[in-house]
Amino acid sequence: MICLYRGTMTMIRSELIQKIADENPHLFQRDVEKIVNTIFDEITDAMARGDRVELRGFGAFSVKKRDARVGRNPRTGESVEVEEKHVPFFKTGKLLRDRLNGK
Amino acid sequence: MSDKTLTRMDLSEAIFREVGLSRNDSGQLVESVLNHMSDALVRGEQVKISSFGTFSVREKAARVGRNPKTGEEVPINPRRVLTFRPSHLMKDRIAAGNAQTKG
Repeated sequence: MICLYRGTMTMIRSELIQKIADENPHLFQRDVEKIVNTIFDEITDAMARGDRVELRGFGAFSVKKRDARVGRNPRTGESVEVEEKHVPFFKTGKLLRDRLNGK
Repeated sequence: MSDKTLTRMDLSEAIFREVGLSRNDSGQLVESVLNHMSDALVRGEQVKISSFGTFSVREKAARVGRNPKTGEEVPINPRRVLTFRPSHLMKDRIAAGNAQTKG
């Protein structure tokens, strides 16, 4: 179920799908795949539209705007203009934060 | 920038639409997926969803903080925090999707 990756235990998408499939023997494997993929695709699609996704207890995904700035090429030291851009952001929900700390 | 917030209900609705499960069953599956991810993270594992991103748990050491209002020193206990690293695909999609909209 769990693979070792750089010394840390990792759960990957296919393992998550397998866990859901094991718990739901009445569902076709391909439907379970579609269900799990739909969840992650919906979250990404929402953020691509500039929307927020709030999953109480787990966390919230939102989009943050980074203003345009003058950056520097770290290799050459040359100044480069970096355009304004939008980046994904995740804030952990209170319940999960508490659970991580044994509360 | 974001005018809309999606919730579990919207994810269930998407599963209902894509796979045709009842809204009730779809809701339970959304919950199962979030629970399996949370449980893995609480066990200290990372959760790596290809083309979406990686959730990982970091250990923060104890430090002395300061109440910004009163200037008073307060001890901050060691704790575990969750970080989300979006995939390149997600970053590109969020950047492209929000590029034209006025923040």
